[in-house]
Order: sequence, then C-alpha cells, then structure tokens
Amino acid sequence: MEPLDVELDEAEVEFPQEPMLLNVGPSHPAMHGTVRCVMELSGESINKVDVQVGYLHRGFEKMCERGTWTQVFPYIDRCNYVSPMLNNVGYALACEKMLGIEVPERCQYYRMMLGELARMSDHLTCDGAMAMELGAFTPFLWMIKGREMLWDLFEEECGARLTHSFGRVGGMAHPPTDGFKENALAVVRHILSIIDEVERLLLGNRIFLDRLEGVGVISAEDAISLGWTGPCLRAAGVAYDVRKAHPYMKYGEVDFDVPVGQASDCFDRFMVRIEEIKQSARIVEQCAERLADSGPVNVDDPRIILPPKEEVYSTIEGTIQHFKIVMEGLKLPAGEVYSYTEAGNGELGFYLVSDGSGTPYRVRIRPPCFLVTGGLERVITGQMMADVVPCFGSLNMIGGECDR
Amino acid sequence: MGEINSNEVLETGVGEGFVTTRLVPLLSWAQKYSLFMYPFVTACCGMEFMAVSSPRYDFSRFGSEAPRFSPRQSDLLWVVGTITQRQAPVLKRIYEQMAEPKWVLAFGTCASCGGFYDNYACVAGIDKIIPADVYVPGCPPRPEGVLDGLMLLQDKIQRGDRTPGVVKPRRDPATNQKMGLVELRRSRRTA
Amino acid sequence: MSQALVELIQAKFPQAVIETHAQHGDETVVLEAAQWKAVHQFLFSDPRARMNMLMDLTAVDYPERDPRFEVVTHLLSLDKGHRIRLKARVGDPDGDDAEIDSVTDIWASANWMERECWDMMGVRFRGHPDLRRILLYPEFIGHPLRRDYPADKIQPLVAYREVDNIEKLPPFGEEEGMPFGRQTHLGVPDPDADEDAQVN
Repeated sequence: MEPLDVELDEAEVEFPQEPMLLNVGPSHPAMHGTVRCVMELSGESINKVDVQVGYLHRGFEKMCERGTWTQVFPYIDRCNYVSPMLNNVGYALACEKMLGIEVPERCQYYRMMLGELARMSDHLTCDGAMAMELGAFTPFLWMIKGREMLWDLFEEECGARLTHSFGRVGGMAHPPTDGFKENALAVVRHILSIIDEVERLLLGNRIFLDRLEGVGVISAEDAISLGWTGPCLRAAGVAYDVRKAHPYMKYGEVDFDVPVGQASDCFDRFMVRIEEIKQSARIVEQCAERLADSGPVNVDDPRIILPPKEEVYSTIEGTIQHFKIVMEGLKLPAGEVYSYTEAGNGELGFYLVSDGSGTPYRVRIRPPCFLVTGGLERVITGQMMADVVPCFGSLNMIGGECDR
Repeated sequence: MGEINSNEVLETGVGEGFVTTRLVPLLSWAQKYSLFMYPFVTACCGMEFMAVSSPRYDFSRFGSEAPRFSPRQSDLLWVVGTITQRQAPVLKRIYEQMAEPKWVLAFGTCASCGGFYDNYACVAGIDKIIPADVYVPGCPPRPEGVLDGLMLLQDKIQRGDRTPGVVKPRRDPATNQKMGLVELRRSRRTA
Repeated sequence: MSQALVELIQAKFPQAVIETHAQHGDETVVLEAAQWKAVHQFLFSDPRARMNMLMDLTAVDYPERDPRFEVVTHLLSLDKGHRIRLKARVGDPDGDDAEIDSVTDIWASANWMERECWDMMGVRFRGHPDLRRILLYPEFIGHPLRRDYPADKIQPLVAYREVDNIEKLPPFGEEEGMPFGRQTHLGVPDPDADEDAQVN
C-alpha cells in the first residue's frame, strides 16, 4: 500500500474495471416487503439487476384447495394486506359471478364504501412510506394518523383493524352499523385535510421533487407490455381503470375521475395516488348518500347464506342449511370464471375453477403487483443506486400479493 | 460483564450525593430501557408494526425507539410476519450476526407458531430456527398486545430471565372478568 | 369477452381450435398446443383484435386427464375493451413432457408469469429466456401446486433446532404471564373490578 501523502497522478491509478455485485437483501430498511435485488453496479449506476421475489411465498393457492369457498376469505385478506376489503370484495364478486347472483343494492354500496376506504388506506401507506424513505418522516406520521382513523372505522364495522375477512359470498358478514355513515364522512373529511397538509409540506420541497421527478421513467408501451395496471399504469399515461372500463357494482352510477399522469416517473406515481385518495373520498360521500338505512345485505338464498342463529337452533331447515354450508361448503357449479376488480394496485383477477363440490379446485389470484414488480428491472436499470429507493417505493409492491 | 456485586459507597469529590446499587440490575435497567431494535419485517404484521411505531401507540415511550438496520448494532430482533422456508437462512444469519446480549420478539402468530400456514412454504414458528424470548400472538396482534409484549420482555431483562413468555390478555373482553390464565408471579421488586 | 374474437380465431386457425365455450360470459377457446404461439401472435398484431395486454398466464392440473395440464391465458385489449381466454392442454399423466411455447417475446409480462407456472406446476416454456424458479428456492424439488404434491411436505433449508419437544416448544404454564400490573394473586383488591359481574 502506498503512503497517502504521495502525489498520485489520476491517470496512473487503475480503477477496477469489473462491475460490483451488490446484494440488496431480503431484509432491507428501505424496501417494502422482502425482495432481494442482486445488482451489478458500475460506480453508482446500475447495469443489471436481478429482482428475486418469493421470500413471502405462503402457498395461498394450495391452501385454498384444502378448505371451502368461504374459508378462502382469510387467505385473500392477507394478499394485499393494506387494502384487504378490496380483495374480499373482488373474491366475493368472483364467486357470485360463478353462481350467477347479484347482491342487493344496499350490499353493493356498502362494499363500495368499505372498498374505497381500504383504497385510501393503501395509498396513504404507500405514499407515507415513500416519503419516509426519502427522509420526510413527518408526512409519514400524519398519513399513519389518517390510516389509524380508517382502521378505527374498520374495527367498528368488521371487528378487526387489518385482516377483516368480512366479505362473504352473497353478501357481507354483518350489516353496516348505525353510525357508519356519519363516521365514514367524518373520517374522510379528516383525511382530506391531512392530504392537504401533506401536499403543502412536500410539494414545495425542492429536495423531494428533485428526488422524484424524472426518476424511474417507463414508457407506456413498456408498461402495457409488462402487464402493469392500476396507479403505476395510469401514471404512465394510460387511462385504464377497471371501475370505468368495465364497471361493476354501482361504479357506473357514481361520479368520479381517474387521475392519469404524464411523465411516468416516480413523482407521477406518487401524485396519482394522492389524487386517487381524493377521488375515493368523493365516491365514499356519494355512496353514503345512497346507502339505504335498512334492508337486506345478503342475498336471500339458503344454499349460500348462513341462516340466522335463532333459526338454526329452532327450525330443522335452519339446522340442515347451516350444517350443509359449514361442513360441505357452499357449492359453486362446476366450471371456471375469471372476474376482475380494481384493487389498490391494479386489476386484481380471480380465475376460479370449480368441480361442483364445496372445495375449490383451483383458485388463481392474478396479482397486480407481481407484474408491477416484474417491471422493476426495467425501471431501475440505468438509474443510480439511490434512485432505487423512490422507484421501489412508488411501485407499491405488497409482499403478500406479489408472492402469495 | 464483570460481576462486581459491590455495595461500596462511592464518594464524589465534594462528598455530596451518592448512589449505591448492584451492577447487574443497573445494567439490566439500562438495557431494558434502551433496546435497539432490528425490525425484520416481512408481512401483514408489518402494518401493525408501523402502527405501533406511530404516535398513537408509540413504543418509543418504552425506550425502544431506535431501529438499527445492522444486526451488529441492535439487541432486539423483532421478527414481524411470516417466515418462509426461503427466508429461514436469512433470519438465521441475521440472528447469528447479532452480538450478545440479544433478545428476540416473535411478533404475530406466524412468527410464533406458523399461523394457519401449515404448508410446504412456511416455517411453523421461528423457534424452530432461533430461540425466541417473547411471543406476541395475534393475526395481526393489536398494538396494545405488542406493547404488553415489550413490557414483558423488559421485565424479563430486568430479572435476567431467559425463559420464553407469551403475551396473554389480562381480562376477557366479553365479560370483563379476569381470565385467570394470567397468574401474576411475584410482586414488583424495586430495581 | 367477445364472440367476434372467437370467430376471428376460428376463421384464421380452423384446425387449431379444439372447442369453445362461454361459461358465465367468458369466451374461451381451447387450442392445439402446437399453435399456441401463432394464435397469440395473431391476436396481438391483428388490427381487429389488438390484444395488447396479457392479463394472466397460469396452468390448472387435472391429474385424471390426459393431457394433464391446461395452460390458460387471459388477454385484454385496452383499446377495444374485449377479453378472451385461451387454453391448451399439455403433459402426460405423470406430469412429464409438459412443454409449450413461450410468449415472452410478444408480451414482457409473460416472463415472470411463465416462471411462476414452471415453478408451481412444472410446465416448461420453450424459448423462455430465463426459466428458473421464482417463488420458491432453487433447492426445492417438485412442483407444489400439482394435485399430487402434499401440501404440508416441507423441504427446509435450515435444519431445525435440536431441542426436546420442539413441536410443543416451549411449555407455557398457567402462571406464565406478565408479573407487572394488577397484583391480584396477593389478595390486593382490584379497584376497577366489578364484583357483581355475571358471565353472559
């Protein structure tokens, strides 16, 4: 080793020629969820990256084949665990499509409200975590405060803060509580004021903008070819939202806009989510007006819905109905169906194959963020090491959904 | 750690105030209120972990605020979420890289016992790979449960107790009766 | 889902179509495995179809059938809004020889989805640039989503700890709990307890 005070001519110093392999391992502070990126760096810029997912593969699709159709709901919850009601609703709609039934209007508005509140929770978490990783800790805490309000609302309705398992085939587990509408509107108002504060704090900050603008750009053709959907695709300029393109439930009757970005960089992905929170708030307000205060929430079909407990204990039909649904599972007709909804990250599809019994034959979840993470390679190749953090954060990879 | 079990009076230069204590409880007191955590977050429990760290259920009140993302610099390993077979070597490596004294908190049912994932992909509880000190059940556990788990761990650190503990509810929420499962062991000793 | 697309395929590839159905409104075409890529390429590039998005690619295992696996793709056209499901049957009853062409050079999303299909079901994709496991680790043997793979057969990477009674580790007795808080065992009355609380 040469002593440090020797004058070194830069032209004489040999810098290493081979690129360096860096493992951004499965346990990393700035990567949401467990993803391993093996990067080949030359200096600070990334030449190649191998994104390895699967560190949270919990075998959902195999587990679904062991229970009944209703027992799939807890597994579905834990897919996209930041917006579990959207998953619940998507799966319930898939089963109902297979049965050929439609739930009552009150249930549809209820599902829409809970779904949009869950979407707000998802976007708050994603944007908050993204801001935190860029050093802005305060907006994260404010957004988590907003999320806590939403979770309080969910706890009141569904019984659990996070993994509700509240949806059922043919309806919901319980009807809405009495104070649901007022609480939902109050929470939504608070969250809109939190978003306002966050925007005022972040959008004028030069450092925040410099770290996000122009970083992680992907073209619309690449995004479509990669199978991206949801906020990431909309930030790339493609106005595809399942709620508008193929309306389901009552989405065709409520008034909302779909924010679409132009620059397709991390900043657009961030802002698309902020705007979507505002649009979800609009949907919640409109649904709250239309949600009936009384009326059936579940479909009136004894082969699908569990009877009320009084009937189970007093009438023989109730006992038999309860027994058949619980022990054998509700029977979906043999066949296959593909049903899709707009989840927090894009088009969440369910491809269900049934053999006519109460046990699912195959439950395939089409995970939106699996495909979005597949595009991570294309997004970060050529960027600098420090840009990986906002890029990855803006894609909102949820480990449970990506790896299932 | 030198076992200087001394009751000597320490005189200051001016001869004013002095404190006598034993070294080990003093060190344990310092350790339990300054746990640097390594949040090994994998799954849904990570959302509750975020909630516990945020101002409403703040766990930095308990001294356990600083996350250190290097295992060498942390003493409490929070295993938050499901550990799959693929993740198991990673977890074991991180545990081995931590320096003594170290503790492990199994956050959530998946980390404690595998949860409802009894399949080819998941490890049925981290204690099959690394020893755990406190188990916080729940899917995901309520933040209050996590705080109970943290307090339980702090109590164990104070007493120098390495037997594992489970967080249990104090009262049955449906009937507001004491559950009787939680038999409190001993009175609080001054530390 | 669109009937016009089905007719388009039947017109262009009459010998490739084995059967069609439209259960629950989803148009489905079952194809010959040999024509898999040609039909997909046609649907992607033909201006009447324009299926520019591959939504899903997966496989379903029917162990009592021959061929055993059914590779299923769902396509969507963003401009025209129509969808279709395409299927092909591959594989012999033992699960070997399940090979089909890869569509990675048509849609980039097929890359990871075909890797997952290989990982979980064991269907090989000819022409895939990098067919390796994605959700499971390389040391895993077998394809877990097949019906004959037992769901609880583990293949651990790390040897489990050598402790007695590891299945019931560690034993938690009744007294195991939290020694802080209300000291009810000492006979100190709990100020908040409702002495007349009845069990429902």
